[in-house]
Amino acid sequence: MTVNGQPRQGLCEPRKLLVDFLREDLGLTGTHVGCEHGICGACTIFFNGEAARSCLMLAIQAAGAELGTVEGLMSDGKLHPMQEAFHEHHALQCGFCTPGMLLAALDLLRTNPEPTEAEIREGLAAVLCRCTGYQGIVKAVAAAAGTLRDAVETAPALLRHHPLP
Amino acid sequence: MKPPKFDYHAPPTVDEAIALLTRYGGEAKLLAGGQSLVPLLNFRLSRPAALVDLNRIPSLAYVREADGYVRLGAMTRQRTIEFSPVVRRRLPLLAEATAFVGHLPIRTRGTIGGSLAHADPAAEYPTTLTALGGEVVVRGPRGERTLQAGDLFQSYLATALGADEILIEIRFPAMPDGAGFAFEEFSRRHGDFAIVGIAAMIIGQGLSCTAARLATAGVGPSPVRLRGAEEILEREGLTEAAIEAAARRAATLVDPPSDIHASADYRRNLTRVLTGRALRRAIARIGGPECPTLSSSG
Repeated sequence: MTVNGQPRQGLCEPRKLLVDFLREDLGLTGTHVGCEHGICGACTIFFNGEAARSCLMLAIQAAGAELGTVEGLMSDGKLHPMQEAFHEHHALQCGFCTPGMLLAALDLLRTNPEPTEAEIREGLAAVLCRCTGYQGIVKAVAAAAGTLRDAVETAPALLRHHPLP
Repeated sequence: MKPPKFDYHAPPTVDEAIALLTRYGGEAKLLAGGQSLVPLLNFRLSRPAALVDLNRIPSLAYVREADGYVRLGAMTRQRTIEFSPVVRRRLPLLAEATAFVGHLPIRTRGTIGGSLAHADPAAEYPTTLTALGGEVVVRGPRGERTLQAGDLFQSYLATALGADEILIEIRFPAMPDGAGFAFEEFSRRHGDFAIVGIAAMIIGQGLSCTAARLATAGVGPSPVRLRGAEEILEREGLTEAAIEAAARRAATLVDPPSDIHASADYRRNLTRVLTGRALRRAIARIGGPECPTLSSSG
């Protein structure tokens, strides 16, 4: 498989969840394990260019796939514009949900580059935060939408595989 | 909170998948999108001897329009359906219902065939299949057969599929141009299963109604087609009085359960309220654009 643009491999039992493989076998602990049944969204990653729950996939299913995790967002030592916006708008406290929030928010902007506040709230319902009350997160995503507008692909491109922005 | 041990197979063809199901004699589970099955595995509520993963069978994912039908491969992702121009144009009710299925990251993996075969009566796709008069094609060791929605869904999480059969295709009659439609749902949080959901399609012009289609989610062990309410509209036309009468009739056609989420009385009342809302919204859309603006994904 390819993770954040790098070829990676490993051996595991068929029952190993993809999120556990990322964390335990590849050492990519930025992706968090929360509820393990697809509700909380902390484990959200990019699977072949689209946000998906890594707790609801087996690692073996990702053989040959292209994955993106929160570790892949920074480039040249600089935060991704979405991460910058989270920092700027105080969109995290404990940070547990943040990796999932960042990736779900990027996927939202790819399908809907200019979301209304209501649409941002609906999109972010895919990830649960227990401490911020969402206000800062919504502000951050709205701000990032402005910054990213020119860089984010629109919906048709999403139906093809493509790397993380 | 981790799956128990199982054998894992990812066959490249449907026939090999059927052979594996036969070999395990009912002890294997098919893995489609995994958005319902993997939680059951993680909680160890399901302990199959083997998983037969359908995700390596590319021929099971497609959207095709021909001869007045739209055919979807069972492994077509909900996300693909949500953004499919064919679905938006020919099955806009299915596109609208899809926005209520979980959240976007769930729809990335979830499939229409998996949702129908799981047969959760509070899910959106079984209700939409019922309202639109769709059918499914299943294949097993003895060949293929076709099942109507009413024959497929038997009870909570139970279908007419044999242990060695695979749901391979879903066929919907294309909605006529200008048909009105609406999917209404009430749930506690966005993305949850419906406490009550209503799918509606209205074919008509002005106050006349050629055909009405109504089906429920969340009010019984299987989706319920509200034929008695449909007949009121087909007989009396699309007047405000007929809409109200149809909504009241809908509430008498369901026998909902009481559970931790809502009482039976509350669900019956919601059936009336949501049927009225769905009908008014569907009627307002009659003759409207083929490709409606969907509410945002989320």
